[in-house]
Amino acid sequence: MDDDALAAATRRRQARERIMSHGWLILGVLIFAFPVWITLVGSTHDASTIGRGDVPLLPGPHAIENYTAAWTSGGEGRYRASPASLMLWNSALMALCIAAGKITISLLSAYAVVFFQFRGRMLAFWTIFLTLMLPVEVRIIPTYQVIVSLDLFNSMAGLTIPLIASATATLLFRQFFLTIPDEYVEAAKMDGAGPVRFFRDILLPLSVTNIAALFVILFIYGWNQYLWPLLVVNDRGLETIVVGLAKMIGNGDAQNEWNVIMAMAVLALLPPVAVVVLMQRWFIKGLTETEK
Amino acid sequence: MATLDVSAVSKSFGTNKILHGVDLTVADGEMIVIVGASGCGKSTLLRIVAGLETATTGTIRIAGRDVTGLEPADRDIAMVFQNYALYPHMTVAQNMAYGLKIRGLPKPEIATRVAEAATLLGIQALLDRRPRQLSGGQRQRVAMGRAIVREPKLFLFDEPLSNLDAKLRVQMRAEIRRLQRRLGVTSLFVTHDQTEAMTLGDRLVVMHAGHAAQVATPMEVWARPADTYVAGFIGSPAMNFLEGSLTEGGRAVALKAGPLLRFADGPRPGAEGLPLIIGIRPEHVEATEAGLALPLDLVEPLGSETVLHGRLPDGEALTVKLAGPAPVGGAIQVSLPAAALHVFDAASGKRLDPVA
Repeated sequence: MDDDALAAATRRRQARERIMSHGWLILGVLIFAFPVWITLVGSTHDASTIGRGDVPLLPGPHAIENYTAAWTSGGEGRYRASPASLMLWNSALMALCIAAGKITISLLSAYAVVFFQFRGRMLAFWTIFLTLMLPVEVRIIPTYQVIVSLDLFNSMAGLTIPLIASATATLLFRQFFLTIPDEYVEAAKMDGAGPVRFFRDILLPLSVTNIAALFVILFIYGWNQYLWPLLVVNDRGLETIVVGLAKMIGNGDAQNEWNVIMAMAVLALLPPVAVVVLMQRWFIKGLTETEK
Repeated sequence: MATLDVSAVSKSFGTNKILHGVDLTVADGEMIVIVGASGCGKSTLLRIVAGLETATTGTIRIAGRDVTGLEPADRDIAMVFQNYALYPHMTVAQNMAYGLKIRGLPKPEIATRVAEAATLLGIQALLDRRPRQLSGGQRQRVAMGRAIVREPKLFLFDEPLSNLDAKLRVQMRAEIRRLQRRLGVTSLFVTHDQTEAMTLGDRLVVMHAGHAAQVATPMEVWARPADTYVAGFIGSPAMNFLEGSLTEGGRAVALKAGPLLRFADGPRPGAEGLPLIIGIRPEHVEATEAGLALPLDLVEPLGSETVLHGRLPDGEALTVKLAGPAPVGGAIQVSLPAAALHVFDAASGKRLDPVA
């Protein structure tokens, strides 16, 4: 075979590889994006279109009224839902509290575990670590009992505090702190910085990107909580959007207002998307590089 | 301006003894270099002086004040770290000012001091930069600046030049020396590099296995090493060691390699036949017409001089440094001048000086 034929064969092979890889990627995108598209489209039709069993693939004319209904009243259906405005607020507040609380607690506990020598240090660390194996669902009944005994049922505190205790973030901060050279600690000692100053002036600024990355993850974690808010809150005024959304879907006794449900779902999607988009740059930085 | 007294300082980590009672007195304004191979305890000693480690026993006094139990910040010292340890999120000016800020100095005074130090080090233009935007030499200067602004009684340097490339290292070495002389601050400088040690120190502390093997001026350490370790550590290429035994009533040594060498500076104490180690620096070995035959197995031309590696008839290695280009041929004849011999007791490794 001469060189021209070899070069042509190489070109063909490269073209084939390009088509293959793009093909797979496009397929992947379709699989991920299709349900979102269906939801978006569904939120722009009236109830009867979807009620007939059609699955429209192109947007309809009823977007504004559906979104207005979802935002102000939550629809007219069998189940009287709460307005999205209220539930979005509750969800945002809960997710923010959880993210901020988790970050605060884990920063402090990781700081203690990494930078201080004290009796029971490793015991403390492993105890925190062990809770990784016990997600909320596993400890839900005792946690419920505790919250009720503390009279935190139906409150924002009851909603967020049990979800704040978390080993994941502690672990991540510990790993990050371990990469901080001892020389910074020693230089700070030379400068006369005590533990609080070192934490505030040096450790915290160095952790900013990590904190941002964790904030994104934890905000979404908090936003998506379902089981715990469902159990611990039955006051309509504290209902979160994930719970509210699920409650809107009936069990078949009556017609579901799919158009409003889908509008509500789109609204529920927006805050996490916004957080990811706004913090994307920090998020990637926090996962890939450290300021050293 | 201060003196430093280290007395009987020892340090153990569990059963592992790192320092075996080190004593050191540093005069006001003196620059002491602590030199030794890695693991000899030199950094530990420095960190104990700094207060970053606590001594198992012994005391540290700075300017007469017992600081053994004090925190690093209360010892009135400044330290330059190997990796500089500049806070990455602060500008150069903030890095230099941080210690002063914590001490609660008024802002105008901090600004004056930082500006003065920056001028002294030629880093005025860098004050608003972050450490990551600086080159190695610049970071080094900033680290020095951070130490200077504090106007400490004592400077501590923990291998500050080892992260620089060779050329910059030589330059910074000279700069540190000049600066230290000018400020007149008592300094401790830790290094594993013997050239740095020789050129920087008013006196050297050669550390070996947790002991201060010798404390003396660089020239004395070179000319009269206290034991075989110091003799082999200081000087490049390293000193040759040949086996021999004391003979002729202490006036000569019978080398295992053959020749009998008479001491130029007088008889050594010890019994006839006492095993000795004779040290001779490669640059002191002379090439002669008729002497010990030295078949060469490696020739290293360095331009102005040549380093020759060979083996004596009894198998002992001998390194010779000759001025000028490499000799032609596979062997040379060498003689060992009596005046250049260092005599050590083979059993203890200690230097044997002539009886007065």
